Amino acid sequence: MLGKIASHYFAGKSRLLHEKSLYERLAFSFILKRREKMGLKTGKLIGLAALIAMTAPLALPQKASCEVFELNSLANLFEGVSFDHDMHIEAVSDNCSVCHHHSAGTPPTDATCIPCHLKSAETDSAACNACHVNEPFSSASLEASASNPLLHHKVKPGLKAAYHQNCLGCHQETGGPVGCQDCHALTEKGEKYYNTGQFAPKPGKSSSHH
Amino acid sequence: MKKLNRRNFIKGSLAGGLAAAATCNAKDAKAAGGDFGGYPDSMGVLVDLTKCVGCRTCEAACNKEQGLPEPDKPFDDFSVFDERREGGLPRRTTEKAYTVVNRYEVEGRAHPLFRKVQCNHCNEPACLTSCFVNAYTKTPEGAVIYNPKVCVGCRTCMIACPFYVPAYSYSSAINPVVKKCIMCYDTRLKFGRPPACVEACPQGVMTFGKRKDMIALAHEKINAKPGKYVGHVYGETEVGGTSWMYLSDVPFAEIGFDTHLGKEPIISHVKDFLAIVPMVLCIWPALFTGFHLLATRKQTNKENSTKA
Repeated sequence: MLGKIASHYFAGKSRLLHEKSLYERLAFSFILKRREKMGLKTGKLIGLAALIAMTAPLALPQKASCEVFELNSLANLFEGVSFDHDMHIEAVSDNCSVCHHHSAGTPPTDATCIPCHLKSAETDSAACNACHVNEPFSSASLEASASNPLLHHKVKPGLKAAYHQNCLGCHQETGGPVGCQDCHALTEKGEKYYNTGQFAPKPGKSSSHH
Repeated sequence: MKKLNRRNFIKGSLAGGLAAAATCNAKDAKAAGGDFGGYPDSMGVLVDLTKCVGCRTCEAACNKEQGLPEPDKPFDDFSVFDERREGGLPRRTTEKAYTVVNRYEVEGRAHPLFRKVQCNHCNEPACLTSCFVNAYTKTPEGAVIYNPKVCVGCRTCMIACPFYVPAYSYSSAINPVVKKCIMCYDTRLKFGRPPACVEACPQGVMTFGKRKDMIALAHEKINAKPGKYVGHVYGETEVGGTSWMYLSDVPFAEIGFDTHLGKEPIISHVKDFLAIVPMVLCIWPALFTGFHLLATRKQTNKENSTKA
C-alpha cells in the first residue's frame, strides 16, 4: 500500500513537477479515508507514509510560479489541459490582472472592475474556482444569489465559461490556439458525445428529409 | 296544433339560450386572450450572441439529453455552417435536431456571428393556440411542452409558429408527429435544473434564471457597456414575450431574426375568429333547423289535419 502510494506520488512528481499539490491532496485524502476503515496499526503505518510524502514537496517552491497546471474539470469528455502558468505570466508581462481581474494584488485592467477594485488587496485564493463555481445555474446557486440583496456580482460565469471566455477571448486577439481540439483532446466518451472519430456517422446513411 | 306550437317555442328558446352562452364565452375569451403575459415566476434563458464561437457543443448535448437519432455529420464538423436549404436559408430545426447553430458573416464585424436556434418558449404560444387537440401546454416553469400521444400530425402548429420551430417526423410512415425543443422539461427544468445546452455551453453564452431576472440582466448588460450591444432585447416583447431572449451586437434583422412580429401575441390576431367558431357550431344548426321548421310548418299542419 505504502509503496503504491509513494510510487504513484513520485511518478506524478517526476512527470509533472507542478502536479504536486494535486497529488499531495489526493494521497492525503486517500489515506484519511483509509484510516477510517482500517485498524489503528495499519493507519499509523500509512500515516508515516503520508508524513514522508508531505515533507518532500517542502523543498519545492510554494508560489504559483514554476508551474504547469493540469486543468481537468472537464476530464469526462476530454483529456486534461496542460496549462503553462509561467509562460502566460510572461505573455502578460507580469500583470496578473489580465486574467485574475483583481484577486492577485495587481490593479485591474478591465474598466468595469476599476470603480470598486482599484485598490483591492490580494485575495486569499486567486484560483479561478474560488469565485467561479462549477454549477452556476443550480437551484442552490440561483437561490444564493437571489437571497443576498447586497451581492453585486449576481450573475458570474461558471468555471467552464470563465476559463473559455478568458482563454479564448485572449487567444483570438493574440493568435493563440482557438480550435476546440487544439486544447481538448477527446476521450472515447467525448468521441461518442460528439459522434466523431470511431463513433462518426457512416457516410451515405442520411435519413433526413427536409 | 297547440302541441306543435309549444315544441317550436322550446326549440326557439333553446337556440336563444345557446346564442347567449356563446356570446358570453366570446367575451371571456376576449378578456383572456393576449393579456396573460406569462407565469410570474417562469424561468428564462438569456442568450448573448456576441459570445458564441460556434463549437456546436449545445447540439451534441441536446442530441444526447433528448435521445435523438445519430446526426448526419459529426458534431465537430463545421461544414454544416455552409449548408443551405431552399431559398438559400441556413439550417433549421428538424426531427433529429431540436437545436441548430448557424453562422452569419456580418460586414464590419471581426468574426462571424453564430446564432443558436431552438424553441423560444413563448409566453402565449401560437402553437398552443392553433392546436385543436390541445397537445401543447405552457408550464409554470416556462417550457412549452407537447403530448405526442394526442398529436394527430396535422402540422397546424408548424404554420402557426412565428419562429418556424416545430419540426415533423416525416420519416415515420405509421405515426408521424410534431417534434420540438421542450426546454428539457421532463429531465431537467421540472427539477429546477437548466436545459442541457445551457449547461454544456463552454462559453457561457446562455444565462439561466427567472425570466424577470434575465430581462433585468439584459438591460444591465446593455447599459454597462454602451455601444457594445444593440439596444434591444429580442424576445422581451416579441409576440407577447418569450422565455428565451437574445442580446446582439449587430441589428437582429441582419442575423435572421424576424423583427416585424410585433408585440401582440399571435392569439390576439386570431381570438376574434376563434370566438366565432363555437358560436357558429352552436347557433347555426339550431337556427337553421328553426327556419326549416317555420318554413315547412304550413305544409306539416296541412298533412296533420288531413290525417286527422
